[in-house]
Order: sequence, then structure tokens, then C-alpha cells
Amino acid sequence: MNGPRPARLRSAAVPAIAVGGLAIVAALSVRIGDLPTSVGDILRVLSGGGDETQRYVLLALRLPRVLIGAFAGAAFGVSGALTQSIARNPLASPDVLGVTPGAAAGAVGVIVGAGEYGGVAGPASTVGLPLAALAGGLLTAAAIYLLAWRRGVDGYRLVLVGIGVQAFMMNLTYWLLTVGDVADAGRAMVWITGSLDGRGWTDAVPVAVALCVLLPLAVIGGSALGVLQFDEDTARNLGVRIQLCRAALFLVAVALAAAATSAVGPVSFVALATPQIALRLAGVARPPLIGSAVLGALLVTSSDLFARVAFGGVEVPAGVITAVLGAPYLMFLITRQRRKAHV
Amino acid sequence: MKRPRLRAESLHVGYGETPVIEGLDLEVLDDAVTAVIGPNGSGKSTLLRAMGRLLAPRRGQVLLDGKRIDRMPTREVATLLGVLPQTPRAPDGLTVAELVAHGRHPHQAWYRRWSTDDDESVAAALRMTGMTDLAGRVLDQLSGGQRQRAWISMALAQGTELLLLDEPTTYLDLAHQVEVLELVRRLRTDLGRTVVMVLHDLNLAARYADRMVVLGDGSVVAQGAPHEVLTEDLLREVFDLEARVISDPVAGTPLVVPVSPRTRAH
Repeated sequence: MNGPRPARLRSAAVPAIAVGGLAIVAALSVRIGDLPTSVGDILRVLSGGGDETQRYVLLALRLPRVLIGAFAGAAFGVSGALTQSIARNPLASPDVLGVTPGAAAGAVGVIVGAGEYGGVAGPASTVGLPLAALAGGLLTAAAIYLLAWRRGVDGYRLVLVGIGVQAFMMNLTYWLLTVGDVADAGRAMVWITGSLDGRGWTDAVPVAVALCVLLPLAVIGGSALGVLQFDEDTARNLGVRIQLCRAALFLVAVALAAAATSAVGPVSFVALATPQIALRLAGVARPPLIGSAVLGALLVTSSDLFARVAFGGVEVPAGVITAVLGAPYLMFLITRQRRKAHV
Repeated sequence: MKRPRLRAESLHVGYGETPVIEGLDLEVLDDAVTAVIGPNGSGKSTLLRAMGRLLAPRRGQVLLDGKRIDRMPTREVATLLGVLPQTPRAPDGLTVAELVAHGRHPHQAWYRRWSTDDDESVAAALRMTGMTDLAGRVLDQLSGGQRQRAWISMALAQGTELLLLDEPTTYLDLAHQVEVLELVRRLRTDLGRTVVMVLHDLNLAARYADRMVVLGDGSVVAQGAPHEVLTEDLLREVFDLEARVISDPVAGTPLVVPVSPRTRAH
């Protein structure tokens, strides 16, 4: 953000505190589960000790699950912060616009096409799945853009079209899962609501790579986000080519959402809400990128922890928790914007 | 003699199918205030936008320090040349200080967002336009004159030696027009800036410009010092206006006193 303001300290404090929260949630997530483990056990396993069961449960199940949640949450958060800043609309997030469900449909397409029941392995999984998700996300984004185009793109129209496309993509996913005869309900759930259940190291790699490449790009390009709010001539005068910059940042946002979706499925609400929460906590004009990343990571990991432990023996997909939290918020945003549009 | 920093060579510019400027040559005098005048539709704003790389030429070129401006990185241009469009739009709720701070954007990088240099430039720009006391106010709540001064502050904070202003006095009453033009003059005398501005008011242009460029039908029909350019013949031929030109009793510059629009029968 441009400009000297006292809020600078505050906007630095938000990610710092959220990182602390994330550390606590991560520690709890690794500790809590069917196999009781103490802090001592965790430390022993991490330093190369512990018995075989402990090593398996911690290193192959719980640790990757926490990491993948954190990576995907961060990617969703940054993606939402970018799209909301570009569209200047708090509703314009990849999940509401249908980009995330579109990415999920793309991933499911590969799973079904590969002919394996409910899962793919090898190169199809580490490269094909994320690429299919990216293609699905990009195609959806292009479709929304074309459908919403009426001599320029109006923010509210974009959101309405996006909600329609989102519903379509969800149903496309259901249909593909049925056609592909995906028998494993847990697997199917990943692609319908988003879930961290059974996610392992191989699922974490693509989203980790995407974050390493795209987060720096987002931060570099994000320095122009303030100027993007001006008219085209003024922005050009300040050294920013608006159309080019907007398109590039949108591409980064879609890629981040697609990478996160290929890892944990179309977890909703995270990309929509965390940028706005980060914005209000930091007291700044536009969603902060790093703040949104850390809060997104915190939201996904804590939703997953809650989903695992809150309902006794029954484990709920993390995406259900975020959807329950997100639906009322989404309705609130839509009614508020409708009122504004009519005045 | 040193070539001027900003010049146009056989420039052709247009919108869509319509050509607006055809084969225009112009050298912008350094360290001077140049006023671009001309009747409506003569291509003043188009020329200014092309000179400031906001419009790409169809043929010909605009050269900044000898380099084609449309081939230079737009950010590099932004540190050398500032353009203030006719009706710039800012995001809702922006304060004057925030607007002016954006003028520093070309000097920043993603790894270095804000420096004490930036602080000083913004403070100086606000002081120069008399906007320091209004720095915390939201732009939408200002009067037309204050808002115009705020935008000029942003252009000043940008710290470019060349400044292109498209009708900086539009929507302002006479007192505020004079105030803005006094500021433009100080940019040249105090800071040695080169200013090109599009103006409608011929008398104010004559008073505040060192040099006038007259556009007619997309090309330069006259240029030079105001007393050389602003003649009764030129007004008749270019502006279709029957007028007396007398000496401004205050500044001694040419003063246009209209008689009547020429009848088309001539």
C-alpha cells in the first residue's frame, strides 16, 4: 500500500499474530487424533525417533495434512485478495465466480478420464491433475468474462454470471463423478465440498510449487494494485499499463485458486472472506496479500481441525465447515450490494 | 543547439477510422511554459495524449530525449514526464494525501515501497499547491478548484521535469483559474520545469505562456511568443472570430476582445 500511515504497524501485526495462531493450530492438528501423541512423541519423531506407528501417523498422515491445508489456504487467500482488488468488489472471489468449482471439474475430468476409480497415481496425479485444474479454472474464468461482457465488465454483473457458472460447474462435477463411477465417498467429497481427508505428500507438492512461484509474482505485481484503481490514463501516467497488469494478476489469481483446488478441492468461503477479514483487521483500503495468505492458511487448518475433532467419531470435510461459515456471509454481501445497486 | 527534450515528428494520430492529427511536427521548448490553443476539435487533447504516450501514433513518432516514447518502458517515462488528463478519476474515499502519495509510484519498487524522499516530495507538492491543510480530506468532498489542485499536487509529487496538463483550468471560476496558472508559472520560474498545457482561454494563455502553439485541423498553424502569434488575422482565419487584439493593461500581453463571429458568407 502506498503512503505513510500509522496503520503500517497494525498491518504488520496482523500477519504476525495470525502466524502465531497458525503455529498453535498446526501443533494441535499434529497432536490430536485417534493415536494419542504427546509433545514429546512429536519432537522424538521429528528428530528421527519414535516407533513405527507413531512415525507413520505423524509423518505420513497428520503432518502433510496440516501443511497441505496451510498451503491451500494461503493460495486461496491470496487469490481472493487479488480478484477482489482487481474487480473492486468484495464478492469477486474465485469460489463465488465459479473458478474454484471449475478447477475441481477439470481435476475430476482427469480422474474419470484416467479410468481409475476415485484416484490417480504417478505423473497423472502430480502434473496432470494440477494442470487439468488450471485448465478448468482458466476456461471457467474465460467463460464468465465472455458472458458478463457488455462493452466492458461491470462488477455486479460479473458476480451474478459467476454465481450461475459456479452452479453449473458444481453440477458438472457431480455428473463426472457419477459417470466415472467414483465409488469412494471420501474421494468424491474432496471434489464436491473440498476436504483434507487422506491428502498426502504427493497432493501437497503442486500447491507448494505454485505458491513458491506465484506468491512472489503476486507481491511484485500487487505493488501496482493501488494504481489499478485509477482511470486508464492516470495509471499509464504513473507507469502502469492497466489492462496488461490486470490480466496478469488475474491469471496469477486463477492459477493460485486452481493449484489450491487440485490439492484440497473447492473449499469455499476462504478466498471470499479472508481478504475482507485481513483488510478490516489491518485497517487498510485494499485486501493485504500477505495478511490474506496467513489468515487463509489459519482458516483452512483450523476448519480441518474442527471438522476432525468436534463431532466425536464422525469426521466432517473441512469444506463443510467453511461452507457453513460462508453461506450467511455470502448472503449478507449479496443483499448489501443489491441495495447499493438499487439506490 | 541542443535538441529539445520532447518533440513530435510527422505525427499521425486518430481514434478508430477518424484521423485527428495528420503530419504534425512540434518541438517543445525546454524550461518554458507552452500553451496549446485552437478551436474545438482541432486536436489539442489528442496531441497532448500522444505526446504523453497515452495514445499510440499511427505514423510518425514522439521523441523523449531522442528515444521513441512509445518504445520506452512506461514506468521509465513516468519518472521523466507527467501527464494530467482532462478528467482523471480516483477511487472512492481517497484522501488528498493518499492521492498525492500515488504520484510517487514510479519511483518505488515492490521491495521499496516508501522512503523519506517520498515523504518530502509529497509534503513539498502539497505546500506548493496550498493543499497541506486539506491533506486529510476525502477528494469527493472538495470543491472543483481544490480537487484540481490536489491532482496537480500528485503530478508535482511525481517529480518529473516535463509536465503535460490537459485543460488544468476546466470547471474553475476565474479566480481559481488564475490561481492554477500562477502555480504553473512558478513551476517554471522556481523549479525550472517544462510545461505544456492545453487552454481554452486565449487571454489567460497569452498571459501565462512563454510560447503558444496554435492548432487548426490537426496541424500546427502558428507558434511563437504570444504577441507574435495572437493576431487579428490569426483569430479570423483559425478561430473564425472577428476581434480586436489590444495590450493587456496589467501584463502587457495580447488581449483578445471579440467583435463578432465572422459571417460564413466571407
